[in-house]
Amino acid sequence: MRTILYLIRKEFLQIFRNKFIGRAIFGVPIIQMLILVPAVTFEMKNISLCIVDKDMTPESRGLISRLDGSTFFHYRYTTFSESQARQLMNANKCTLVLEIPRGFGKDTGNGIPGRIMASINAINSSTAQLTWAYLNGVLRDYNADIIRQNPGSLSGQPVPIIQVTNRYWYNEKLVYSHYMVPGILGILVTAIGFILAGLNMVREKEIGTIEQINVTPVRKYQFIISKMAPFLIIGLIDLALGMVLGKLFFKVPFEGSVALLFLCSTIFLIAILGFALFISTFAGTQQQFMFIAFFCMIIFILMSGIFTPLESMPGWAQRVDLVNPVAYIMRINRMVILKGSTISDISRDIWSLVAIAVSFTFFAVKRYRKTA
Amino acid sequence: MTGQSVISVSNLVKKFGSFVANDNLSFEVYEGEIFGFLGANGAGKTTTIRILSGLSEPTSGKVVVAGFDAKKEPEKIKKNIGYMCQKFSLYEDLTVKENITLYGGIYGMSKNLIRERTAMLLEKLSFQAWGDRLISSLPLGFKQKLAFSIAILHEPRIVYLDEPTGGVDPITRRQFWEMIYETAARGITVFVTTHYMDEAEYCDRVSIMNEGRIVALDTPEGLKKSYNASSIEEVFVKIARPK
Amino acid sequence: MKRFLGFVKKEFLHIFRDYRTLIILFGIPAAQIMIFGYVVSNDLKDAGVAFLDLSRDEVTQKLTDKICSSGFFRLTETLTSYNDIDKILKKGKTKAVIVFQKDFGRDLFAEGKTTMSVIADGSEPNMATLVTNYITAITTDFNIEQARAPGGAVSLISAQVRMFYNPSLQGHYMFVPGVITLIMILICALMTSVTITREKEFGTMEVLLVSPLRPTQIILGKVTPYFILSFINVIVILLLSWFVFGLPVKGSLVLLLAESMLYILMSLSLGILISTVSSTMQQAIFISMVGMMLPTILLSGFIYPIENMPWIYNWVSAIMPPRYFIIIIKDIMIKGTGFAYIWKETLILAFMTMVFIWLSIRNFRIRLH
Repeated sequence: MRTILYLIRKEFLQIFRNKFIGRAIFGVPIIQMLILVPAVTFEMKNISLCIVDKDMTPESRGLISRLDGSTFFHYRYTTFSESQARQLMNANKCTLVLEIPRGFGKDTGNGIPGRIMASINAINSSTAQLTWAYLNGVLRDYNADIIRQNPGSLSGQPVPIIQVTNRYWYNEKLVYSHYMVPGILGILVTAIGFILAGLNMVREKEIGTIEQINVTPVRKYQFIISKMAPFLIIGLIDLALGMVLGKLFFKVPFEGSVALLFLCSTIFLIAILGFALFISTFAGTQQQFMFIAFFCMIIFILMSGIFTPLESMPGWAQRVDLVNPVAYIMRINRMVILKGSTISDISRDIWSLVAIAVSFTFFAVKRYRKTA
Repeated sequence: MTGQSVISVSNLVKKFGSFVANDNLSFEVYEGEIFGFLGANGAGKTTTIRILSGLSEPTSGKVVVAGFDAKKEPEKIKKNIGYMCQKFSLYEDLTVKENITLYGGIYGMSKNLIRERTAMLLEKLSFQAWGDRLISSLPLGFKQKLAFSIAILHEPRIVYLDEPTGGVDPITRRQFWEMIYETAARGITVFVTTHYMDEAEYCDRVSIMNEGRIVALDTPEGLKKSYNASSIEEVFVKIARPK
Repeated sequence: MKRFLGFVKKEFLHIFRDYRTLIILFGIPAAQIMIFGYVVSNDLKDAGVAFLDLSRDEVTQKLTDKICSSGFFRLTETLTSYNDIDKILKKGKTKAVIVFQKDFGRDLFAEGKTTMSVIADGSEPNMATLVTNYITAITTDFNIEQARAPGGAVSLISAQVRMFYNPSLQGHYMFVPGVITLIMILICALMTSVTITREKEFGTMEVLLVSPLRPTQIILGKVTPYFILSFINVIVILLLSWFVFGLPVKGSLVLLLAESMLYILMSLSLGILISTVSSTMQQAIFISMVGMMLPTILLSGFIYPIENMPWIYNWVSAIMPPRYFIIIIKDIMIKGTGFAYIWKETLILAFMTMVFIWLSIRNFRIRLH
């Protein structure tokens, strides 16, 4: 035990001896969190709209002002030429082109369905779908008004309508920052621990100091633990700092148990560090480690479910995610912080995370050879 | 000079694939002696030293160091040895004192003992003013002497020195050899590899290695006599380029 | 010049000698494009929903069937009381609970309208928005079907939609260009900054500096092989996205390749700049990975459209080079537009490249003096 403490002390000394790294491990996560969190939102606003109004009747103008009045659309251009509208879209000046054909107003008054034509820039398929949904929402309201205004011209009895009201629990206004604070913190802590722990190990190999350690009676597990412990501690401090700032700046509610969150984070960090040290045994130079780390990190992060929903991934990818510690911690963070889930709600995730942490660490100790 | 045997090697073979680095070595090293291990670059010296210190496993043969089998109990050997290798290996980004404390801690020395030995060591090397300097800022000669001192900090039974004086100026080399004598006088066996032939004259016994085999082993005087040479250098030339 | 070519050749050999580096250099971008082309997607599929049906009549049954058979949703559980909602949402597998009030069907026909409520898990805002939008859309469809059934056309406005550039709404159109942009800048900046810092850390830079080569030549010599490798990499990725994802280059291939060269050059000069401020490889890697990865993912428009961000981010993201390359690559590859549409972005990238180089030279001079 005393041996481990001496080794850990040495790691801390080395980490903080590099002035840049010593500051960056705390500064970078905080600054990035503060800058990046407010940027992220899927909420659509100001969808830039271009209108091709070939009708020019009170009805068509009514529809346009209706669209302009909605919070989603921002009426930017009006033109009479389709090719000009097309050019505007090519130049990224508008996302939605709405063409109102001649005769629209006449038809609407006469019980013939008035048809309009929407062209949406669909390179980003999900925002295209949302744009389409919002457009339909505005049209639905407009329709309802027509029905109310001209009851006589519409056939038969009123159509029974099911209305949908949405409520969002745990985050009523769908504030993105509440979701992103734990997410971005999780990613930064992962990146820092993963890269620095692994690089530290490979660096000792590359410089040759590991030889000097291998020739001493230090046990394998002692050395591995001493490489993990500093980054575990730093990671937890980063997390605590980040949560406090998140609460101050972004008013992230904290529903669940702090102790549970830190328990899970500890298990998670052990998993990540174990994995980093396991990988480091395959790399001879820091360059090689960095590439392997880059590969794994990007996969871990983009597949973690924070940027795109896990459910949207194909089945095989969801199975791969069973060993992705980042996917677990993202889910756990969200559940504990925002929903106040208790240990029994997330027990399955916790046990999976424990299994991952234990096996990665086991492999790291196993693969690390004192004797060749 | 006929103490107890602390290293006993018989029929040691080490292969890397089809390359034979150590070809059937057998020798004994006795307690308290300075054992010189000579050979050209690539003769297999470093391989042997790595096996003797438990860093590398022998392919076949029996190696017993400080009473422990190198194949079965390498970790027990490690408790009884010190090691300083040619590729210089103190932590460059730690200070002199921090390095000493680290290795003291690894060998389970108490806090007080570490403090005591650190003071002693710095004084002996007249390093007092350098205690808080980073290793990276020290001249090479100082680093080598410090590395040696740290290798024997825990009073091991044997210390291995792999080309300890490589790239060092003649004055420092002299001081280094004084340290080696002192160490041996304290009863620590010194196992040293070198390719400076003049240094071989300072050893109690010398073995000469060529292409993975030990071709000669005797006291410096004995070697010179049997090869009819005036210096070890001459002996070496005669062995390396026979006829 | 001859001396310089010899040096470049040496650097090339350096890279090729280590097959691990080479595998990593080509394998990683290719693998990542493959993985993310398939994996990263925003399309809703099999999202878990639960029902709390307090009415249990024909209408609720029909609507439930319609929602569950849409392919977007998967029934996780049928609840019997309000108290279960919190419990099941807390477990995380269920993204929303759909509640039908008592006498849902009767109210619908008696009063002409009724309300169903969707309680979505707001702790995942994307998911919550997607789920409620889809459910609303399905219900609207349902209303229209029901209205048509008994007879009598309803004269309303309806819109037809054309999805431009990506008629079948595939996720690849958005993610392939994004992944190319992300990976190229990170890999280029990493490789150059690390390879130069390595020489500094191990003291071999000084050996090079006393050689007859000029400092610029040394840096160029180190960077040229990576420039060529990255360019080959771009071609590999483009071929993959064509053959695997059916994403051909609609516009001018020559223009796209030229723009890629500019982007690679920009990334490499960013790498050089990083190397001038780093003293150890760890530091260079920290800056180019921890420092750059998240801002690149989040502020470039890769996943989150810049238009939706608070206005100030329009300026913050203006300093992110990937933002411009994403526009360029989407315009050429997917829209098929020409240089007239992207000259501004091109100029900005060129300007950034020059700034990075100028700053590197300045830092390097300071260091030498």
